[in-house]
Amino acid sequence: MLTYLIRRLFAAAVMLVAIVLVVFSIFFLIPKWTGVDPATMYVGKASDAAALEGIRQKLGLDEPILVQLFEFFKGIFVGRDYSSAGDTIKCQAPCFGYSFKTEQAIWPVLTDRFPVTFALAIGAAVIWLIIGLGAGILSALKRGTIWDRFSMTGALAGVSLPIYFTGLISLAVFSYQLGWVNNEFTPLEENVADWFSGMILPWVTLAFLFGAMYARLTRATMLEVMGEDYIRTARAKGVQESVVIRKHAMRSTMTPIITLLGVDLGMLMGNAILTETTFSLPGLGQAVLKAIGERDLPLILGVTLITATAVVVANLVVDILYSVIDPRVRLA
Amino acid sequence: MTDLGKTGAAVGEPTAGRPSDSFLDVRDLVIHFPTDDGVVKSVDGLSFRLEKGQTLGIVGESGSGKSVTSLGIMGLHTVGQYGRQKARISGEIWLDGKELLSADPQSVRKLRGREMSMIFQDPLSALHPYFTIGKQIVEAYRIHHDVDKKTARKRAIEMLDRVGIPQPNQRVDSYPHEFSGGMRQRAMIAMSLVNNPELLIADEPTTALDVTVQAQILDLIRDLQKEFGSAVIIITHDLGVVAELADQILVMYGGRCVERGPAEEVFYEPQHPYTWGLLGSMPRIDRDRTERLLPVKGSPPSLINIPDGCAFHPRCPYADVPKGNVTRTERPELLEVGSAHYSACHLSKDDRERIWNEEIKPKL
Repeated sequence: MLTYLIRRLFAAAVMLVAIVLVVFSIFFLIPKWTGVDPATMYVGKASDAAALEGIRQKLGLDEPILVQLFEFFKGIFVGRDYSSAGDTIKCQAPCFGYSFKTEQAIWPVLTDRFPVTFALAIGAAVIWLIIGLGAGILSALKRGTIWDRFSMTGALAGVSLPIYFTGLISLAVFSYQLGWVNNEFTPLEENVADWFSGMILPWVTLAFLFGAMYARLTRATMLEVMGEDYIRTARAKGVQESVVIRKHAMRSTMTPIITLLGVDLGMLMGNAILTETTFSLPGLGQAVLKAIGERDLPLILGVTLITATAVVVANLVVDILYSVIDPRVRLA
Repeated sequence: MTDLGKTGAAVGEPTAGRPSDSFLDVRDLVIHFPTDDGVVKSVDGLSFRLEKGQTLGIVGESGSGKSVTSLGIMGLHTVGQYGRQKARISGEIWLDGKELLSADPQSVRKLRGREMSMIFQDPLSALHPYFTIGKQIVEAYRIHHDVDKKTARKRAIEMLDRVGIPQPNQRVDSYPHEFSGGMRQRAMIAMSLVNNPELLIADEPTTALDVTVQAQILDLIRDLQKEFGSAVIIITHDLGVVAELADQILVMYGGRCVERGPAEEVFYEPQHPYTWGLLGSMPRIDRDRTERLLPVKGSPPSLINIPDGCAFHPRCPYADVPKGNVTRTERPELLEVGSAHYSACHLSKDDRERIWNEEIKPKL
């Protein structure tokens, strides 16, 4: 078990470094190859040659790619100074770059916005797991009945309706019309009740989409598991049907769901763009949307890295959980 | 009629509804599965009896209704029916004086695992991959016995020891995938026997195992049967297996019994062309390898469209021996052909004896 863990941790670290390499290359090599001067992306359109040269020096864009990469990694651990002609900008460790568009270091932006996205994803996941698993199990056990059709129709609606549609409708109804919940975000440390009130619609909206996918997956897996030989064995032992479902079938049904959950949670970090935009949540998704619009490469790089890290960490957790659930994995 | 108590009543005997004096008495069992393509007549009027301490071998090809029969006795067609098609079941199954088909499902559930239990074909898929062997045996024991986990665990270790698993103290905490195929089947047997069931149904218990392990498992089942005095139904397509174990043999074809009788008689004086075919397709080590097997030509009938008349007639080499069109139009009755030996065939006694003695026996 310990060697398995160590091996998995090592693999995760290697994966992260590889992701940095790829993303860094894409952002800094391709402009070079296509002949577009990356420095022009950092200044306004009507900029003179001197300003461009200053930017180049500050960001080290005139250095070879490997030196730039080294500087980037070094910055993460010891911080970095951007300077040209006596004008120095300090970027403290961990320095994930500096945005000249917004004139701020990337790391504080990430740490500022990450908790919002994190809370959004986790809160939504709790709701979608309850709804999705519940509806999926009910559908599987009552296959072909009105319950099955009802919940699977709901799931179809959830999968088909885009977030900005369900989100705006729910905002219009529950916030503007009925006034039950807030329509704007309040930081958690300011007021917990207001925070909750502002988060509940984003949670439910996101959970509706994902819950629908989980309901369908749960139903399909459950139906498959209920036909397994070991379920028949459990019944042949005289196990009560409710225990057969809760203990024998659920345990097997959980494996694919946990796998999917890990991927989804990781992906949502930095990818909840629609939800965050619809509900004006100051999370990573909104930040990256703005960064794309402004071609703010350092910020895009920063968000990409944090999303990638989240996916890798989530997968690591999934793999560990997997080995706890399924004893056969421990050997692998 | 002779010795009905031991070998089962002839078809048509008016016993319906009356309790049986046999330990297990299956009467006119019908198990049909309605599907979109039509009704699958898996079992279509099957009757047999079995006493404690006796072993019945049910033999037949895939799709002859063997497994469906055993699951029907266990009452497993009617639980959790949402995962599969609903079965239409009729007839009577008397176990130790209780009729199971009309009993309430909860009381049948309580019999499962305690009075009747089952060994499945593939122990790897029949054991839950996420629970240790010990936990699965403990569960089987504690459903029917009000004991704490420690006592049940002791019992599990005792059973593992009894079925010949080395170091049961440690192996009890192993997972099924950590066992070899033979060990898994031993563990499965330990689990089936943990409550001292009076009826043990073994559904192709050796099919998924190595030949060398097969013999060990069969020996084990025989030894345990002697020790526990259970009635055993062994389901197989392998006549060699029943030859080892069975007192009685029941040959199934197309959901019905085509021949039934004491093992020795069915083996040495088989009366049905299908049984001849089964015997002829058995490879034998004492034969010259240049001699061909005598396979049954064709494939088993579709259980949705069972042929009219004798279900075996399209594959039977002797279908045209009886006069007229009788084999294609009339279903043969299960008639007594020897002492407690029944066969459902239109061939006359003389024809049967002639064909057996002149054409079949010399080639076996």
